[in-house]
Amino acid sequence: MDKLIIGRYIPGESLIHRMDPRSKLLAMFAFVVIIFLANDVIGYGILAVFTFVGVALSQIKLSYFLKGLRPMLGLILFTVIFQMLFTTGGDVLFQVWILKITTYSVQNAFYIFMRFVLIIFMSTLLTLTTPPLTLADGIETGLAPLKKIKVPVHEIGLMLSISLRFIPTLMDDTTMIMNAQKARGMDFGEGNLVQKVKSVIPILIPLFVSSFRRADDLAIAMESRGYQGGEGRTKYRVLKWHLIDTVLLVSLAVLAAALIAWNTLK
Amino acid sequence: MTKILKITKLKYKYDEESDVHAVDDVSFDVSRGEWVSIIGRNGSGKSTTARLIDGLMAAESGQIEIDGELLTEDNVWTLRQKIGMVFQNPDNQFVGSTVEDDVAFGMENQGVPRDEMLSRVDAALSRVGMADFKTKEPARLSGGQKQRVAIAGIVALRPDIIILDEATSMLDPQGRTEIIRVVREIKEQYGLTVISITHDLDEASFSDKIIVMKDGKIEQIATPEKLFLNNDLIEIGLDVPFASNVAADLRRSGLDIPEKYLTESELADFIWQSILTK
Repeated sequence: MDKLIIGRYIPGESLIHRMDPRSKLLAMFAFVVIIFLANDVIGYGILAVFTFVGVALSQIKLSYFLKGLRPMLGLILFTVIFQMLFTTGGDVLFQVWILKITTYSVQNAFYIFMRFVLIIFMSTLLTLTTPPLTLADGIETGLAPLKKIKVPVHEIGLMLSISLRFIPTLMDDTTMIMNAQKARGMDFGEGNLVQKVKSVIPILIPLFVSSFRRADDLAIAMESRGYQGGEGRTKYRVLKWHLIDTVLLVSLAVLAAALIAWNTLK
Repeated sequence: MTKILKITKLKYKYDEESDVHAVDDVSFDVSRGEWVSIIGRNGSGKSTTARLIDGLMAAESGQIEIDGELLTEDNVWTLRQKIGMVFQNPDNQFVGSTVEDDVAFGMENQGVPRDEMLSRVDAALSRVGMADFKTKEPARLSGGQKQRVAIAGIVALRPDIIILDEATSMLDPQGRTEIIRVVREIKEQYGLTVISITHDLDEASFSDKIIVMKDGKIEQIATPEKLFLNNDLIEIGLDVPFASNVAADLRRSGLDIPEKYLTESELADFIWQSILTK
């Protein structure tokens, strides 16, 4: 589990770390859209420079980002190769039987590759520099306008932060239950598919039962501390919008404008 | 002394159909600043009583009077502010994602302004000696530390009554003594009333009075000294104090030790004296 970089947070004091999670989330979404505006090497070059400035500013080692890429590597290669083989048009560079590699297919494969890498780098940058809780806060306040159409924003935020808080606890539970079942002669990962699926049941059911119990206890503890729902609550955590957050969003807008201008000029 | 808590003829049963009451005709009262322990075996109705006091469950019949006010459905939220409860499982009552969030949770619910929250969180955490752990996540804390955070959350709310619902039962002996020490200190400092449900002898020995429950009923109410004289302590859900055990063993081997409860130091003094006067 330690190798998994997705969703991990690396504490730090960099400029990116200090940014408001709302601006980071918004920027992340905007960036994904902007990526599709780029349609040539220069466009992708500009986006790559933008991404690497972000990575450099975060002061996190590049190796973490590469590790984030690793679980997706298979998918990336798969898509890139398919693009390569099945895009038609352009000059033929290389041909075996009905499969041909053309200038178009190389181009397309390159774009797909860049899109994947840039999106993964950016989302890794977001999760590496933002504590999960702050991210949940950002989502909650970001959703606040939806309160008008009766979306239970406070409840969503609370559920998010409680789930985040209980992830390590439930992981410990799982390990404990697994070991307890092993001690009683359970074999995990042995046998055929049906047997493997069956061997998960003695972990799942106790895990569910203990989760119910935890939920019950937690609800009582919350009630005893005066929790009555979102109404009339004050907040301990507040998000602060800094100048840098405005700078980030403005720079993204400029980036998008530049790409659109470049596309129309060409 | 004024009565902060008055319970009269409290009844409760979990199963509507059955005749068995989890709490059956329980009446007692607690003075302001008192430390009361409720002991009894598993299933004797201790925890249920505690939850009824906090209004977490509605009693079938009977009255609960907190600080002179009768507990009803309408004032349960305001009266609950006078009571802080610490529960048994350190993990399952940790609401916040970090220590400071958890301490602030109760204050957030009461709508305490943020500036005041910040100072109260710091004060409460240093009160229980957890100031260095302010930004830590619960997964990185030991059970004893989590319980200290739970107490800090209550200290920050400044209630009149603290109810410890077997708050030390899942801790190691060291964590246990530490929690009891912290609770005693804040009790003295703020003049709190403590109601402690426990199987732990040390915890019970601090109390001004002990309520013994059995099958949902109150068996007896006594001071610790009186109760520890009793030899069937195990019967009522407590261990026998170490000093009582030693005294009993010495009596059996022929030493003439008075038939009354002696603390460890009292017993030591008595043995010194008997050696010197021989």
